[in-house]
Amino acid sequence: MSSEGIQGKSFVTTRVDKLLNWARKNSLWPMPFGTACCAIELMATLASRFDLARFGAEAIRFTPRQCDLMIVAGRVAIKELPILKRIWDQMPEPKWCISMGACACSGGIFDTYTLVQGIDRFIPVDVYIPGCPPRPEAVIDAVMKIQKMVEEDSWQAYKAENLKQMRKAKIYTGPNFPWETR
Amino acid sequence: MIGVKKLTIPKMTWTERIYLPNILKGLGITGRHIPKKKFTVQYPEEKWVPRPGYRGAHRLNKDEQGRIKCVACEMCSAACPAKCIHIVGGVSPWDDREKYPVVFEIDMLRCIYCGMCEEACPREAIELTQVYDFAAYSRADLVWNKEKLLEMFELTKNNDYYETRVQKPIKTSDVTPEG
Repeated sequence: MSSEGIQGKSFVTTRVDKLLNWARKNSLWPMPFGTACCAIELMATLASRFDLARFGAEAIRFTPRQCDLMIVAGRVAIKELPILKRIWDQMPEPKWCISMGACACSGGIFDTYTLVQGIDRFIPVDVYIPGCPPRPEAVIDAVMKIQKMVEEDSWQAYKAENLKQMRKAKIYTGPNFPWETR
Repeated sequence: MIGVKKLTIPKMTWTERIYLPNILKGLGITGRHIPKKKFTVQYPEEKWVPRPGYRGAHRLNKDEQGRIKCVACEMCSAACPAKCIHIVGGVSPWDDREKYPVVFEIDMLRCIYCGMCEEACPREAIELTQVYDFAAYSRADLVWNKEKLLEMFELTKNNDYYETRVQKPIKTSDVTPEG
């Protein structure tokens, strides 16, 4: 986003953007979609030795409407996929997704007809964690990568992109917002 | 006739009703834990050093002359249960072997780090290192090619990846809780 100095019209919005991103970055609320052994490692990440609370992401909520970070830990069967998609759709924008472990990322050793070969075929994944299961350090590494992403991310750019897609799909046909034309 | 058991809500005592003694009891437990040894690993600054034999990311070893040890026999990709190793062999430019890998790719996202490739390798060319934190933003970043795997060898040559790169490496004995 361009900043044209104090007199420019974008000064205030840029600052607000920064503040929002800072707040968002330090209070990620993960929604764990734990289906297998990776979820056990995720619990270890939250426990006292690794302590995800140091990154402000300890508030694990099982209600998707309160969360902004989805951690898909474990294998996702094709039968389970509508549930995953529905939970992802229920989460409010802006939202991020971590795909944790070999099974969620690519299907791992389970190259079978029952298993989704990588959840990124159906929901957008921001950070991938390799490992079977990954160590808690790797999960923290991924959360830090998400934090970096949130910090650099412009909320308005995100909204503008989203609106563009909604216009394309004819979900939203309202007036232009000022930030869209920038 | 089913026997019906009537349950009554037990009455709270006076101390339970004023709530404070139980709060203090809980705070007492917190207080008792404050002077104890802390075993939280401050991750980005401190990193746990795996013991020898830990199975992390792969590397491709080089011999004394700096050439790749691999002879593209595809034993590792045959042994791999996840089928994540992709090798294309070519005619070797050196006299002491017939083949060498032109393409050597490992899909780190499909790999389950079981170490079967390491066991199957007749030339000790592929090995698993200590490196365990390498999350990435895209799928393409985690398909490691030959150059990346040889770079991993340079980084982990002396098996001191975490000792040399971290402010405070943590040994396993440092973080084990008391008892």
